[in-house]
Amino acid sequence: MNTLFGEGKSKAKKIAFKSVEEYPEAPISLGATLSNFTGDWRTFMPVVDDAKCVKCYICWKFCPEPAIFIREDGYVGIDYDYCKGCGICANECPTKAITMVKEEK
Amino acid sequence: MEYKPIKKVISGNYAAAYAARDARVEVVAAYPITPQTSIIEKISEFLANGEVENLQYVPVESEHSAMAACIGASAAGARAFTATSAQGLALMHEMLHWASGARLPVVMVNVNRAMAPPWSVWDDQTDSLAQRDTGWMQFYAENNQEVYDGVIMAFKVAETVNLPAMIVESAFILSHTYDIVEMIPQELVDEFLPPRKPLYTLTDFDNPIAVGALGTPADYYEFRYKIEKSMEEAREVIHKVGKEFGERFGRDYSQMIELYRTEDADFVFMGLGSLMGTVKQAVDVLRSEGYKVGAAKVRWFRPFPKEELYELAKNVEGIAVLDRNFSFGQEGILFNEAKGVLYNTDAHPLIKNYIVGLGGRDFTVSDVKKIAENMKGIIEAKKLDREVEWYHLKR
Amino acid sequence: MIEIRFHGRGGQGAVTAANILASAAFLEGKYVQAFPFFGVERRGAPVTAFTRIDEKPIRIKTQIYEPDVVVVLDPSLLDTVDVTTGLKDGGIVIINTEKSKEEVLEKLKKKPAKLALVDATTIALEVLGLPITNTAILGAVAKATGVVTLEHVQKAIQEVFSGALGEKNAKTAAEAFKKTVTYEL
Repeated sequence: MNTLFGEGKSKAKKIAFKSVEEYPEAPISLGATLSNFTGDWRTFMPVVDDAKCVKCYICWKFCPEPAIFIREDGYVGIDYDYCKGCGICANECPTKAITMVKEEK
Repeated sequence: MEYKPIKKVISGNYAAAYAARDARVEVVAAYPITPQTSIIEKISEFLANGEVENLQYVPVESEHSAMAACIGASAAGARAFTATSAQGLALMHEMLHWASGARLPVVMVNVNRAMAPPWSVWDDQTDSLAQRDTGWMQFYAENNQEVYDGVIMAFKVAETVNLPAMIVESAFILSHTYDIVEMIPQELVDEFLPPRKPLYTLTDFDNPIAVGALGTPADYYEFRYKIEKSMEEAREVIHKVGKEFGERFGRDYSQMIELYRTEDADFVFMGLGSLMGTVKQAVDVLRSEGYKVGAAKVRWFRPFPKEELYELAKNVEGIAVLDRNFSFGQEGILFNEAKGVLYNTDAHPLIKNYIVGLGGRDFTVSDVKKIAENMKGIIEAKKLDREVEWYHLKR
Repeated sequence: MIEIRFHGRGGQGAVTAANILASAAFLEGKYVQAFPFFGVERRGAPVTAFTRIDEKPIRIKTQIYEPDVVVVLDPSLLDTVDVTTGLKDGGIVIINTEKSKEEVLEKLKKKPAKLALVDATTIALEVLGLPITNTAILGAVAKATGVVTLEHVQKAIQEVFSGALGEKNAKTAAEAFKKTVTYEL
């Protein structure tokens, strides 16, 4: 599993209401970030070098999407389904463990 | 349990506070402002004396925050209450839309007070009527009893249709005037008003939700329609709740417009709130002098009692709309609404607007009599002398 | 309907007096209404307050312009305020003063049908230890008007002021009731 979302991610569906009756009474939980795969916006992808990583989790804290997760071994993983390639993680990393690599799809 | 009211001589503001207590409100967030302050002072007193269980008072730094706190509490599933007046209500304006849009049945008492400048602390309905389009229901109380009853009924109506409600009382004329109020024993209020069943709650951690989400052009429209649908439903709910209240406690509120001696009336006085007490008194005097007049007290301004107004308008020759408020560039607000309702119907009585009592100017029985004379002339001539009259204006 | 107007100064308890009188009449089974002049009260400034008492529910929501009874809590007001404005023919005036009937009548613009005088300030100082005359003057109101009994005034006072303070105030009212002198004019 490359994500902290587990099963939820594969089940995530876009919500589309067809008629007014289908809408909830109150405007709550209209969509889930989970179903919004922003990974395909990316042109540069972050790559983590575990040898340089000091597990400070600054990247995890700064990531604006739910795209960085903490792996069982304590290092960080990147969920490329959601990573937009913004580069904030690489910019913030104090040990330069994250590099942005050009990606062609 | 047999209904034995607890009778007390109290002010309109204390009636509001006792009603909030008896409705078992769970969260109160409010900011003091004349003439509302004694409502929240009294609620603070209940807390200090240990007279209420399970009530959280949230001290806030503004009315905007007061409503924000009520919204948070209500979204968490609590029964939330606040009170304000005039400038305070205006400062809440943004949050009023939030409460209705998020479908939260917050109940608030607004003490009608004139908007500044010039500074005024006296009665005027423009503050609450200016909140017309915020998606709040509005109930106007004629006396302290209606303030008490109104708050308790408002929670039931609001929690049924999931929309917020405002109970409106007059500055000083009710807020600081003592008269007899029949309060309902707690067990009977509990039977009438069971605990709230929220539409959703932030505290259901097994089913997390997002509140305050984006509504794109693809979705926003439907949610607006749902608010309106609930407002329409509220008419029926108000009727039922008002009827049930009457059956249990002897004061019937099933009608959104209370009619007084209108059956055979040539013309009627129509208005909101406390000034209608004086009008009813004047109707008795006028009747004894041979005038065939009646009074139509609009209890609920939102949702607007369209059907009831039409039924009334069909059977009278004239309506004198008494507005203690004004919409600049147009006319009195109730007048404007009433004309709008009747336009697409076959009921077109002569309808004239009298602007009265702005900023607390006293409106007396003899004023009503003068207006009756003017209306009588209009009906005889079958023609308005003018559409809007600034009745008290010094000339 | 009986309409009563109280004249006092901010802080003397005119508004409370109007409320207590309403409560006392309520205890007698009457319909009541009590309210301050819809103004901004400040300590020392002239203040008016009103009570209506009726056998029927009171719907009217206006101020009182033609009172049946005028009650003056502060003698100095007679020099600055026309306390008899609008007083009905056959009306009653009740004044806290140590002056004589003749001296008081000289200051009134309209002669009432009945005048009641009591030195409420001295009584309040003796019994309460404070120059707050509202509960004393209510004793005088009970005596001069008969619209409420002294017992109901005392009971209403004790609903507002609890414990020892209530007892003292009730005693003040009783003392004033005893010492009020009325004149039919």
